[in-house]
Amino acid sequence: MMQLWRAAFVIARRDFTAVVLSRTFILFLLGPLLPILIGFAFGGLGDKISSTDLRPVVGVAMSAQDNAALMRAHDRLAQRMGDQTLPRLRPAPATPSPRIQLARPDSEVVAILTGTLARPVLTGKAQDLDRLQGDIGLLSTAALAERSLQFVTIEREEVATSLGAQAQARLIIGRIAQVVMFFLTILLAGMILSNLVEEKTNKIIEILAAAVPIDAIFLGKLMAMLAMSFVGIAFWGGTAFAIFLALHDGGGALPAPAVGWPIFLILAVLYFAMAYTLLGSLFLGIGAQAATVREVQTLNMPITMGQMLIFFFASYAVDHMGSPAELAACIFPFSSPFAMIARAGQDAALWPHLVALVWQAAFVALIIRVGVLLFRRHVMQSGGRWWRNLFRPATG
Amino acid sequence: MIGDISASSTAAPSAYAVEGHGLVKTFGAFRAVDGVDIAVPAGSIYGVLGPNGAGKTTLLRTLLGIIDPDEGERRLLGETQPLRMAREVGYLPEERGLYPSMKAFEAIAFMGALRGLPLRTGRERAKAMLDNHGMGAAIDKPIRQLSKGMAQTVQLFGTIVHEPRLIVLDEPFSGLDAINQEKLEALIREQARRGVTILFSTHVIAHAERLCERIAIVAGGRIRFEGTPGDARDQLRSQVRLRTRTSDGAWRRALPADTMAEEGAWHFALPDEGIEPLLRALIDGQAGIESLSIERPGLHDAFVAIAGAAIAQQMRRDDAPEEDA
Repeated sequence: MMQLWRAAFVIARRDFTAVVLSRTFILFLLGPLLPILIGFAFGGLGDKISSTDLRPVVGVAMSAQDNAALMRAHDRLAQRMGDQTLPRLRPAPATPSPRIQLARPDSEVVAILTGTLARPVLTGKAQDLDRLQGDIGLLSTAALAERSLQFVTIEREEVATSLGAQAQARLIIGRIAQVVMFFLTILLAGMILSNLVEEKTNKIIEILAAAVPIDAIFLGKLMAMLAMSFVGIAFWGGTAFAIFLALHDGGGALPAPAVGWPIFLILAVLYFAMAYTLLGSLFLGIGAQAATVREVQTLNMPITMGQMLIFFFASYAVDHMGSPAELAACIFPFSSPFAMIARAGQDAALWPHLVALVWQAAFVALIIRVGVLLFRRHVMQSGGRWWRNLFRPATG
Repeated sequence: MIGDISASSTAAPSAYAVEGHGLVKTFGAFRAVDGVDIAVPAGSIYGVLGPNGAGKTTLLRTLLGIIDPDEGERRLLGETQPLRMAREVGYLPEERGLYPSMKAFEAIAFMGALRGLPLRTGRERAKAMLDNHGMGAAIDKPIRQLSKGMAQTVQLFGTIVHEPRLIVLDEPFSGLDAINQEKLEALIREQARRGVTILFSTHVIAHAERLCERIAIVAGGRIRFEGTPGDARDQLRSQVRLRTRTSDGAWRRALPADTMAEEGAWHFALPDEGIEPLLRALIDGQAGIESLSIERPGLHDAFVAIAGAAIAQQMRRDDAPEEDA
């Protein structure tokens, strides 16, 4: 066993230094930061886009008195409910008829309100009317009751904690952790697919296979790529943290996940390592069967789709803690790390994580072993029926 | 013939560095290695000779544990699980391979590290090896910047940097120029002097003739001959070359039945009873002997005869069903 790990370490060290000391690694590190840099550079444009008012505009073609009352009601309600919650109102001519006005090419309103405040008539497409009629009804009612409408004062009774709000915050933490972990995995694990192609095209595989067990080659490559991923994550995480500190105004502490931040972060690292090595070992096994880079590229798309399915499964489970679907997501090896990190956000129990990590590690070992045996069988043309050798020592 | 190999996996001291018994390896319907028995004495230089496609590489890969045999048993330095002795073995595959971006000395140290040599020691030895062989300027160069011959030398150094007890070289001379072939032969002899067992495959007989203490001639996946190069040459009778002043006469009846006339001379295999009776007949018949030489066949002749006969036999066997049909 020691010989296996020592050999894996030799392979890992070679791969790690070959990647990290290459010029392209700088691009790899900077790549994910480019969107942020571009975001800053084009910040003004972004602000402009986000400030563009996309609320529907309703033309108001009532009497002048009703029009004014409706506008005042809109302003009063907008102060309380927020500007973005209500449709925009714009005075419209009484003639021609709303149907003719809406048919004009230069019409900027989606619907036109006519009639009186007591009997308003809204003209527009059916789906627009469905969307608007509640708000227009509210505005008309408020306008009618203009004089008598008094907003009541809410008496505030503050508590230190709210379990409902805490549960909501923890759900969000779990979901964010899951999304971040998924994107890091999908970003980094795909690289493993082509990992053995270099050895095969340069005929190095023969030297490696004669010197060390194939298991050590697979394990070493996984270790190297995982280490390289951690370098990337440390760099990106550090940069993100620095930006956060620079922009954070100090208001409002972050809500804590159920297991607490320190354990949550440790679990996040462990589950990322598991998610990465689970997918990585699968990719390595599949990629090892490919003879050329082209074959690897062809494999990429279906594998990415498979990853997406796993992510959807795990993200569905977040909202259904304790349900059979969530338990299944926790047990199914490939979705388990994603489901479990979400669980760590919402449930303080630690023993399920220990069980899950052991379970996931066992599957990593199993997938590597199957990948190795298939590699020996189909690429090295050796070894007979692969399942017969599943539990034989790696050195024979 | 070697003795039966027990199933024990412990490395027991043995007179043989490499042993194989009844080895069979098939790829689909093709039997690349077909019931091979082989025993390489420890400390010897042993050559596996054979034409292209004879099964030499598959045999070496099977013995080294890179691939498993379908049938038969093997023992490498006394160990039935060859990978367990990887630290004691150096292997230069037929298809050379190095990481192109690695520096020469790093590549050698890496190959040593794969076989358990500490990286620092490997680096020191690599630099010394390259320096001692006039390749000091290549120490820091990436492999992709080296010539093919230099890269091959780097790989060879990587094969021996960890000072193995057994070195297996698959077609080590292919791709090398005459000077580098000479250097490689010297290096093989140097390793053998240190007591290292050398097992190499080749289809160039001259190298085997100069280097090997024992050889195995492989054809069609089987060993057709095993012994010393002298034994192989003894498989063929010596050839007599006779030149006479007269071309005809009663003396011609004394020439063996397989005699052939070629370029003004008679050629025939040395008769079983020796040359004296024939000489007497030639003198009595006044043949006028101009010259007579007896040539012992070279290993090349023996190889061609043994491997050629095996291939012809194989082809006859392969053709047989078609003829029947």
